Amino acid sequence: MEAKSGTLRLSWVEDRLLLGMNWRDYFKSNLTPFNGVMAIILGIGIPVMLYRIFFGLGPSTNLSDYNPWGLWIGFDMLAGIAVASGGFCIATAVHILGMKEYESMVRPALVGGTLGYFFAVVGLMFDLGRYYRLYFPFFVSPGPSSILFLVALSVALYLHCQFFEWCPAIFEWLNWRKLRRWWVKGTLGFTIAGLLLTTGHQSALGSLFLLMPSKLHPLWYSDYLSILFYVSAIYGGITMVIIESMISHRVFADRLHDDDPGRFDRLTLGLGKAAALVIFVYLGLKVLDLAHGYKWSFLATPYGYWYLFEILGFVGVPALVMIYAVQNSKPVMVRGAAIAAAVGVLLNRVDTTIVAFNWHLPWEYRYVPSWMEIVITITIIGIGLLTFRFIVNRMPILNEHPDFEEGHH
Amino acid sequence: MDNDRRKFMKVVAGLGLSAALGAPVRARADSHELAGYPNQFGVLVDTTVCIGCRRCEWACKEWNKLPNQKGLKEYEKDQSVYQKLRRTRADTYTVVNRFENPSDPSKPIYVKKQCMHCYEPACASSCFVQAFTKRPIGAVTYNPSVCVGCRYCMAACPFEIPAYQYYNPWTPQVTKCTFCFDRISREGGVPACVAICPAETMTFGKRSDLIDLAHKKITDNPGRYVNHVYGENEVGGTSWMYLSGVPFNRIGFRTDLGTTPIPTLSKAFLSVASPMYIIFPALAVGLYTFAKRRESISKEEIAEALKKKEGKK
Repeated sequence: MEAKSGTLRLSWVEDRLLLGMNWRDYFKSNLTPFNGVMAIILGIGIPVMLYRIFFGLGPSTNLSDYNPWGLWIGFDMLAGIAVASGGFCIATAVHILGMKEYESMVRPALVGGTLGYFFAVVGLMFDLGRYYRLYFPFFVSPGPSSILFLVALSVALYLHCQFFEWCPAIFEWLNWRKLRRWWVKGTLGFTIAGLLLTTGHQSALGSLFLLMPSKLHPLWYSDYLSILFYVSAIYGGITMVIIESMISHRVFADRLHDDDPGRFDRLTLGLGKAAALVIFVYLGLKVLDLAHGYKWSFLATPYGYWYLFEILGFVGVPALVMIYAVQNSKPVMVRGAAIAAAVGVLLNRVDTTIVAFNWHLPWEYRYVPSWMEIVITITIIGIGLLTFRFIVNRMPILNEHPDFEEGHH
Repeated sequence: MDNDRRKFMKVVAGLGLSAALGAPVRARADSHELAGYPNQFGVLVDTTVCIGCRRCEWACKEWNKLPNQKGLKEYEKDQSVYQKLRRTRADTYTVVNRFENPSDPSKPIYVKKQCMHCYEPACASSCFVQAFTKRPIGAVTYNPSVCVGCRYCMAACPFEIPAYQYYNPWTPQVTKCTFCFDRISREGGVPACVAICPAETMTFGKRSDLIDLAHKKITDNPGRYVNHVYGENEVGGTSWMYLSGVPFNRIGFRTDLGTTPIPTLSKAFLSVASPMYIIFPALAVGLYTFAKRRESISKEEIAEALKKKEGKK
């Protein structure tokens, strides 16, 4: 940090944590409308979280004996994990398939993915009755014949694996050169482990519902649940990378000084092409499922209309728009289609756990989340966004570290 | 009691070893083709004789020391609970529901509901800490000391039995009927609900004997029962079984559960998941090598082309 000797010498905290400002300037720089909204969310959300912890699930949620799983499992966990697979998708493309042009997207995708997984587990902690026993399946009483065991083990391992893939950026931030040089040798290994673990738990998350043919509506229950969840998680991840890079390019424009908009659009189109391919695979599997299971007759029922809304509106239409946009080089349209497709993945997970679950029960026994469940979900997402911003503003995630430009890994 | 099964398990465990040593190996049966625990107990509930006195509910709470207990008289008097269909709850392991009798409206049908104690329990296969155990004597028991509270068992149970202590913030547990495991483990012990029943609605005994009894009752009393023993084959068979005078779907039973044990539904996936961990790394390294090779070949070709060009100059 000798370069800064012309000005006042900065302390480590000011340099690394306060973006080169002193406490007072740093505080002032944070008085923004976005942070105001966040302060309101945290101001309501954190007391609600404490209420859940001190008073339990009964007073804070609408969960019941009929509906043991609600918003935190359906949205925070299942939907969150599905669209957080971007880190795995991009890392596999770059480090295994050798698509080097996407190198600049690996780190944002990995950070997004790691935080996505981490905060999905945070959401899970609020849902678990005895969250302080989270390690029990691994160290106290493993139940390997349960699909949930497979989910827990591979999510736990993958969370670490993804963090390890992100470590080089942390080491650059801390200027730990030796460790970094040694660490990046593991990149291929981490990526392969990530491919394995992701395939394992994304498909297992769908397979959780294999045990519930009597509760999940036939249009969502399928022998192919594992494959359907895996394939939709892949395009969920790719579309989230498209969305996240679009937002990053607006919000963090100052960190992308040497950015070439043409190159960014080309990458978006490339991702759009991959996403379109995978969405069509998913659509094909869905049709196969309808045909194989003789489920056509269910389409002409209220649940069928909702199913068609999900499949046509948020899978079929985005797939067509996406392929048109890629063919005609329209990156803005690719981004629009990506948003619709990602929403479709979220919707599918919520439909599977909440809307189509317990469809045989009368309305009075069905589940609708309580306001506190919704507030906690929003708060967790808010904390996730703040963490992402904190990291991106400090570590070399969107941009390369000037001192480490030689070192692609 | 479960010697046969244990022996079988030993045989299965030894198979891998003997195969490795080249010893002759017999074909291995899939576990769900096993007869289960042959000597397990069961209960046969005859819904045509239940009078709806709710003494079983009282006895259950009494024996299991469940909260919100009231006097026995209050249970017998309080008929208002029948206005709504009830289910098992955190403080209630068993409930009796009343259904309209389609053939004789003056004689409503009372149906006791509790854990069915499946041959192959969905709860046990769903649990990632093995909190549930199918005991050789038939009971499916729950061990709260390992439970994390994920509630997958509740989602998986086709009979919607396990309940949760949602109002306990620190140490909530899943709750369900224990088949009075402590009582029936003793010689001559019967579940508390069976012991108190004044109408002999329930018969406790060896499950295999109860199946014979059920079919005998059906043949000996033409017109009294529908020809179906609920629980004989449902989701692979349950320790608790029911007889009814009207179709079972009229008295709160699901007749669309099929005869496949629920754990079987996850086996296909689990059997594919493990080999994947062996095959995928090889595939990934293969793809990586192809990409590297393509890159090095293209580099060589470019270098060669440049050389040729320079040579021509």
